[in-house]
Amino acid sequence: MTALLSLSGLTKAYPGVIANDDVSLDIAAGEVHALLGENGAGKSTLVKMIYGLVMPDTGSMAMNGAPYAPAEPRAARAAGVGMVFQHFSLFDALSVAENIALGMEHAPKMRELSRRIREVSDTYGLPLSPDRIVGDLSAGERQRVEIIRCLLQDPKLLIMDEPTSVLTPQEVEILFQTLRKLSAEGTAILYISHKLEEIRSLCDSATILRLGRVVGTCVPRETTARDMAEMMVGKVLATPTRATSQLGDVVLSLNGLSLPSPHAFGMPLRDIHVTLRAGEVLGIGGVAGNGQDELLAALSGEMTAGPGMIALKGEDIGRLGPTARRVRGLLSAPEERLGHAAAPDMSLTENAMLTGAAREGLERRGMLDWAAARSFAKRIIAEFDVRTPGPGNAARSLSGGNLQKFVIGREVLQRPDVLVVNQPTWGVDASAAAAIRQALLDLATGGAAVIAISQDLDELMEISDRFAALNEGRLSDPRPAQGLSVEEIGLMMGGAHGMEVAHV
Amino acid sequence: MDLSVINPVLLIAALMSAATPILLAATGELVAERAGVLNLGVEGMMIVGAICGFAVAVESGSPALGFVAAAAGGALLSLLFAFLTQVTLANQVASGLALTLFGLGLSALLGQGYVGVKPPSMPDVNFGALADIPILGRILFSHDPVLYFGLALVAAVWALLKFTRAGLILRAVGENHDAAHALGLKVVRIRVLAILFGGACAGLGGAYISLIRVPQWTEGMTAGVGWIALALVVFASWKPWRVLLGAYLFGGITQLQLNLQGAGVAIPVEYLAMSPYLVTILVLVILSADKSRAPASLGRIFHASS
Repeated sequence: MTALLSLSGLTKAYPGVIANDDVSLDIAAGEVHALLGENGAGKSTLVKMIYGLVMPDTGSMAMNGAPYAPAEPRAARAAGVGMVFQHFSLFDALSVAENIALGMEHAPKMRELSRRIREVSDTYGLPLSPDRIVGDLSAGERQRVEIIRCLLQDPKLLIMDEPTSVLTPQEVEILFQTLRKLSAEGTAILYISHKLEEIRSLCDSATILRLGRVVGTCVPRETTARDMAEMMVGKVLATPTRATSQLGDVVLSLNGLSLPSPHAFGMPLRDIHVTLRAGEVLGIGGVAGNGQDELLAALSGEMTAGPGMIALKGEDIGRLGPTARRVRGLLSAPEERLGHAAAPDMSLTENAMLTGAAREGLERRGMLDWAAARSFAKRIIAEFDVRTPGPGNAARSLSGGNLQKFVIGREVLQRPDVLVVNQPTWGVDASAAAAIRQALLDLATGGAAVIAISQDLDELMEISDRFAALNEGRLSDPRPAQGLSVEEIGLMMGGAHGMEVAHV
Repeated sequence: MDLSVINPVLLIAALMSAATPILLAATGELVAERAGVLNLGVEGMMIVGAICGFAVAVESGSPALGFVAAAAGGALLSLLFAFLTQVTLANQVASGLALTLFGLGLSALLGQGYVGVKPPSMPDVNFGALADIPILGRILFSHDPVLYFGLALVAAVWALLKFTRAGLILRAVGENHDAAHALGLKVVRIRVLAILFGGACAGLGGAYISLIRVPQWTEGMTAGVGWIALALVVFASWKPWRVLLGAYLFGGITQLQLNLQGAGVAIPVEYLAMSPYLVTILVLVILSADKSRAPASLGRIFHASS
């Protein structure tokens, strides 16, 4: 049996880095093939070549035995390749039907298109109304828009780039049912993820990339997640551990925190109650866009709250700004590394100065102590193993994982009483993620309280003492993380958004 | 004070003419902004259109040819902006401001020999018996062809944006250029075309001032109309019919305050002179309080990296 798509010897080099080096793999019709690898392993470049966004330097591709070299996405779609992007390539201000029409070569009339959207969404159990504005949809619903856009063109190969990173467990289950149904109908699926348990339950075969090269293939059902992870990183992984610690006094309490969102498509915070004790890690899960950014902003002081809503060690800090809160020991690291947590074009020294000035004594009566800031930056680089030539380099020049280590390390080294982090390991490779989680646990062991907001449930289960979920701006009651099942977590997160499992 | 000298029929007929330069320029800018390009050079493109149209109309004796030249002149100047922002990826705000300054200087240079010259006048469209209908005939059927062209343009732009695939693609490019690129749309090409359209419309608007409104050439005669057009696009929430409403409101109040001045109303002239700006902005601010918002990629530099 010939493969549906066969890649041989694909190589693509960018200035200074070889993204793909002699990559070969075969995908058969109806096969669910996983592409595994850390960030920067070359997964994205590889699928961009298949989808015609990037041209390979050398090597060749064949579709059903015939040469296949798409010059642009249009050609790839015409050949039966569909792609669902990791960062959804959708237009917020347009309707579902308009978004889908844009991705089609010969879009039918809007009324006909709406009818076909309903038809496909019923067939595959992906409920979706064609007239809604995409900006109002949940992440799971947005993904359905992309999937339906692909399905309307009868793809032979569907590429899914990190499809589950923004879904609730229930939504993941619905997605997997859809993918299994497609695969049973003969559609091949190239599935990119770093969530190994998902790959084990869904995929028939896997190709593992490291630094642009194929380092192994395996049958995921017969391989443990740990073995796959170690193939990905090329070394033995350490699991974060923590010494058991005694919980101290209440350090932070939120009493009926309610705030409107500053953004048009944001989520207001609604009546949040929670208390946090010294030495505790509170994990906050939830699907993106349910108030995570707003909660971080309310805690960091970017948004000020009403009187009595936020108390730090008994003091009402609701009306204080970020610097005043930092002085009192409430520190935070937001999700967006470039532009929010760090100023992209400023050096690491300058970035260290920006949040460390108050607590590290880098500023005296308005005069900046650059020597002290430089040594603070050096200390962060050394203790958190940040790979960079030196503190004079711009934040932008660091890879995502290294900059994340710097951003988290910068806050941890300021000895916070309470540290709030949002997506501490987002887009960070496995070994750097383990180091960051370990640092957060060590911080809690040392007597600080940590609030970790994340979409990675495995991560939250690994580090949290208690777990709570944000859903539509409300925070569920925190429950001990130990022994919490996936179903219970899913229900806390609000179940599947706006849908039920369709029975087909 | 004698308000009876104000003839409402003539007032309405005059406001349509007063509004046309703003309407043309704002419609062109609306298309450019819906494609995600913020071109602050409207004033410069208008004044260059005004002198190109004036010069060609005087030399050829044909106002129609003048308007064609005005559109070409505005588009040619906007091509400079397109090159700066779409090819060399220069900042759009700075490039647009430079375009306005450059356009003002260039038009003064081109217009040196035309000060005091009288251009050929453009005849009104002959609607025959329709023009004899009382009141309506004077208001609706007594204008020059460019005014009707402006109205048709608004309708055409509205229909294009709402009902056609080309319009959908244009909006998509303005909304999220990275996603549009990922779908294989030619972001730069679409934006250059939108910029050229905006330039041509601004040029027509400028020529309407120099050939029809005040048929003569003076340096800097657009006198800030381009900036009003820019503001109008924003306050009209990037919607063509609201641009029409805003332009007519502005034109109407402008005419009314001139008439009030003529009638000797006991309000200081300065207050009357500022009233069109205040009323237009106030009404459009109230209108734009709904959910509509700017195209998300407006003013952002697009670079098709990896």
